[in-house]
Parts: sequence; structure tokens; C-alpha cells
Amino acid sequence: MSEREKILGRIREALRVPAPVPGSADHSDGAVRVVTEAEAAKHIADWLPVVADTFDGRVELFRANAVELRAEFHLFRELQEMEIHVRELAIAEGWKKIASHSGELTDRACSALALPRLATDQKYDVNELESCDAGISECDALIAQTGSVLVSTRTAGGRALSVLPPHHIVLAKREQLLADLPEAFALLKSKYESNFPSFISFITGPSRTGDIERILVLGAHGPRKLTILCV
Amino acid sequence: MNASARQFKRDAERLTRDLRHRLLIRTALKKYEVARDARRSRYQDWQSARQTAAEIKWDAVNHLDKYLEELVEKLESRGTKVHWASDGEKARQIILGIIREKQACSIIKSKVMTGEEIHLNEALEKAGLSVVESDFGEYIVQLRHEAPYHFVFPAMHLVRGEISELFQKELGSNPTNDPEQLMLIARQVLRGKYISADIGISGANFAIAETGMISITENEGNARLTCALPKVHIALMGIEKVIPKLEDLAIFLPMLATAGAGQALTGYNSLYGGPRQPGESDGPEEFHFVLLDNKRTHLLADAEQRDALHCIRCGACLNVCPIYRNVGGHTYGTTYQGPIGSVITPHLRGLQNWKHLSYASSLCGACTETCPVKIDLHHHLLQSRRNATAQRSIWWEKFAFKGFAFLMNRPILFLLVGKLGRLGQKFHPFVKGTRFDPARAWTRSRELPTIAKQTFGEYWRARGR
Repeated sequence: MSEREKILGRIREALRVPAPVPGSADHSDGAVRVVTEAEAAKHIADWLPVVADTFDGRVELFRANAVELRAEFHLFRELQEMEIHVRELAIAEGWKKIASHSGELTDRACSALALPRLATDQKYDVNELESCDAGISECDALIAQTGSVLVSTRTAGGRALSVLPPHHIVLAKREQLLADLPEAFALLKSKYESNFPSFISFITGPSRTGDIERILVLGAHGPRKLTILCV
Repeated sequence: MNASARQFKRDAERLTRDLRHRLLIRTALKKYEVARDARRSRYQDWQSARQTAAEIKWDAVNHLDKYLEELVEKLESRGTKVHWASDGEKARQIILGIIREKQACSIIKSKVMTGEEIHLNEALEKAGLSVVESDFGEYIVQLRHEAPYHFVFPAMHLVRGEISELFQKELGSNPTNDPEQLMLIARQVLRGKYISADIGISGANFAIAETGMISITENEGNARLTCALPKVHIALMGIEKVIPKLEDLAIFLPMLATAGAGQALTGYNSLYGGPRQPGESDGPEEFHFVLLDNKRTHLLADAEQRDALHCIRCGACLNVCPIYRNVGGHTYGTTYQGPIGSVITPHLRGLQNWKHLSYASSLCGACTETCPVKIDLHHHLLQSRRNATAQRSIWWEKFAFKGFAFLMNRPILFLLVGKLGRLGQKFHPFVKGTRFDPARAWTRSRELPTIAKQTFGEYWRARGR
């Protein structure tokens, strides 16, 4: 018998005795509540932190979350303003080399920079990516509820571009701003259906650690800075 | 008393008196409490969220065979190699086998609690391989050759001075008291390791049956690098971590972050559905996924305590536990500390050897109340006490209770013994604290209360007059 069969056999044997449904041992109300899957999915959004219905409300929430997370967030009216901002960042931080992938927004921003650019669309040298001052990527979505950026291999130039360089710049369009996590998962399902990218990540603030005396330190192993530019 | 119980007692006694240790833990956990409460209050309905999370986990665990098969089928269809391991020995063999086949010599690890459980590092080092932990806290405890102090905050018991000394000794770095500088030292050392490592080993917080993915939660980015740069990625996961649907993460990810560290969402929540796919520019060429049983099916077979498999390892029960906060993480001598560790360890490693952990509780229920997936922790501790005694009763306890019952059923005898006790207590100060003290186990660290001058019966009669 294979290990797989052995383990599955033990599981099936164990499950012959049913377990009490959660909440049934709850001495407080005694009532057993069993909700169906569809009901549960509908409810999750009702239980998580509240998100405004309007676009402006969501932008404000995203901005407040970004401040708490120590991420930079800017909303621009024109694409040009975004290009200018990226250029200012490059000058202020003295970038010598950047990494990026091809995309509508990234191409615009990178051509405005006129710096050596490592493209991560095809196979690239990791050491070269490590030496870049900033990684510029697009994303799948922004999530107001948590201040998160949703990225995947297909929208953000692979797995490493958004984590290896010390500064990650995310370029997003305003229609990419979603309300909450349930919306984000619904988007992933409808967008990728049966052919998901091999890597998807919710990035919430710059890399951090609290491992020394629970003191917040930014830039643990990933980027010390996260800048989100939305147009 | 067996060796693990003796060690628990010895260390607990030492640490509960250690005021410095107590202060350290309180300071660290105070910050956690403030953040957790602030964050939890933003939920529209935390209690309903707990109920939903518990129901999803109940469904997953009670149909574990179905969801595991679905998960494995989906993973395999996208090129992941899935391995099944009944126990630690088998899992170590599988992982060593992959490493040998790839002729790899350097390995980078992100946090894997199941790896701690099966002593993976020791096995890899014994095979002559270089293994580096990349989570900052794990890296620190690895350099100190000790076990994690807390399964979420591994280096919670250390202050920056100690970490600086450790880095000076082990890495030859300059002394510093700045946490940022200390992190930078580790970052620089580890950057090189990621890039040169042949194999990355990670754990998994969840696995999604429906889409065939694993989900890894972290703050530092070390797991992302571990799963992005080396040519081979091995993920080790306990079989109970599977959840049915992708959207279930919409509740588990924020609850894990809030309960575990007082965050809205942890820094990086990443989903991995396979090795590098056609058209992708980076990522490992091979992705191996090892499913570990290691007695989880033993816990599954106990319908009464089955919900302990709902655990998402947030560590919230440790943080609120008055015992954990006084005896500290290392005292438990287990991979999983605190209330959840005390519940599952007897199943994973033998009831008789670990039953003492069921008594490492005041039964206050703070753990049950804080658990985001509603595990009935403190009742399980009581059940374990019952099970351990039913399995192997202690003769003198049985004898003592028989004697007690005999006394209680005979009022005259009971009164007489009470009178004798009252009389005897007058002479107690002469022997108190010496080896002739019959109540020594108590009086060594506590005052003995005096027996009341009057019995209740005497009082009642006197009152009636």
C-alpha cells in the first residue's frame, strides 16, 4: 500500500465518527447555527472591516491604510503627473539602474526615466536584479480595506521583481481599486479562471519585522520602501 | 514522573520566579495586545467572523480525504510533485532524497513549523548539508542552537543586546543597539544565501483544494525569496491545512493577521500553484509538495477534540495564557507551545508522556475565548486529563479519593478528623518548611491557610441560640 493510500485510509477510518458542529458546544447561546457556503461567502464581507461605497471613500481608506503601513500612496489625475513623480523619486534617491517589466504604465514611467533598465519579462540574471535600485511593476488590483497591492507573475514581472530591489514602485489605474478582500478573490477567479499564474501575492506595506522586542523595523528581507502610484 | 514532565516542572519553577523574564514577556505581549484590540474593533462582527471561520474549517477537516484528493489532483495537473509522508522519518527521507537527486548542498529555509516538528534541520545537517533559516527570529534562534520560543515570535525572549552579542560572536559584526542595524546585518548575510542556495524549503499556512495552491503568510519577504530564487522549491505541510475554496482566504488571511500579530493583513500573503509555468520569467523549475500526517490522523480520530485540527497557528492562545506568560515557551519542550500545544502534543507524541501539559492550565478559558477558529481548548485540556487517567490510573490518587469518600460519608469521623486537623495545625509552625512538614509541597512557595476555628455546623448551631 502506498503512503497516500495509508494516510487516506487512516483519515477515512477516523472520520467514521462524526464531530460536533462548531458552536454547538457554545454554552452562551446554545443554538446551533449552520450556514450554507453561499451564505457564508456573502457574510464574510459583512463581518470584515467596513469599506465605503464611493470611490472617494475607498481612496481615503486606502490612503489611511498606507499611512499606517508606512507605504507611500499618490493618486494622480494625469499619467504625466505620475511620470514626473517617478522621475523625482529617481533623482531624490539617486537611482542608477531600475528593473521593470513591459506594460502600459511601466513602459511610460521607465521611458521617462532614461536609466539602464533590466527587463524581467524573460529569463534574467538574479544578481543583476539584486543590484537594481528600484523595481517598477504594475498590479492586478489595489484593496482599500487593507491597503494591499495584489500582484501576480503575469502583472508584476515575475516573482522576484517586487521583492528583491530595495524600493518597489507599483503603478495602478484607478479602476483597479477594489473595496475588500472578497472582491479581490472574486477578481482572481474571474480573471484567471482555470489558468492561474504560479504566483499571486497580496503585498501589504513594505517588508517588515518585529522580531526584536516587537519593535517595527522596515526593510527586513524585501523592499524597505513601497510606493503606490495610481492614475 | 517522566523526563518531559520533570523538565517542565523544573523549568517552570525557575522561570516563574525570574522577574526579568516576566518583564520581557509582558512588555512584548503588551504591544501585541494593544495592536490586536485596536485591529479587532474595526471588524464589523468579529464573533460572526469566528463562527464562519470555524464552520469552514469544520467542513474542511471533516471531509479531509475529499479535499486532499482534490488539492493533490489540481497541484499535479500543473506540474507539482506531491509526496505523502506518514511520519517524520518518511518526510525526512523524501526531502533528503530530493536534495540528493539534485546534488544540492546549500539550502535556504523560510519558517516551517512542521520542519521543527520532524527535526528537519538536524537531519539535513547530519547529512552534511548547509541549512540557513531566513526568517529573522528563526535565524537568531538557529545561531543560538535553540528551539523557537514561540511559534509566531521565535526570538521573543531575547533583547537587542543579546542579539548584538550573538551576531558579534557568530558573524563578526560590530556591536550595535539599534534593531534596524541588527536586521541589516542579517539581511546582508542572508541575501547572499538566497542567491546561492540550490533549494528553498518553506511551509504553508493554507492549501486551497479548489485551485490547487498553497498560501504562505509572512512579514519579511524571506519566504517570497525562498520560493522565487532557488531552482527547487520544497513545501512541507501538515495534512490538516487544506481549505475548500479560494475565497475562504478572504476571512482566514485577515483573521490570522489580527489574532496573530494585531495586523490588518500580514505583509505578504502569497499563493503558489506550481513551479514556473510556460511564459513565466522566474521561479523554481521544480516544486515538491510534502504532505505530513505524523499522528494528525490520531487526533482526527478523536471526534471530541477533532476541532484542534482547525488551528491556523496564529499563536493568540499563547499570548493570552497566564501559564505561558509565566513559564515561557521553552519550558513546554514541544514544537507547539501554549494551550494549543498542550492539546495536540499528547496526540502527536503520546498521551502518557505529555499528559502533564493538560495541567499546565488554570482552565480560565482565555484561550478558547480568543481563538479565531473557536477551538474549545480548555475543555480539551480537561478531556485529556480524563483520558490519561482512564487509560492509566494512579494508585495513590485512587486510594486518596477512596479515603476522602469514606470520610465524607461518615459525619462523625469527618468532624473528628477536622478537630484533629485544627489541633495539628497548631504544631505546624515547628515543622513548617522542613522535611518533616507533611504539607511541604504546598508550603515551599506558599502560605498554608489556617483552618477556621469553628466548623459551619458549630456556627449554625451557635447562631440559632
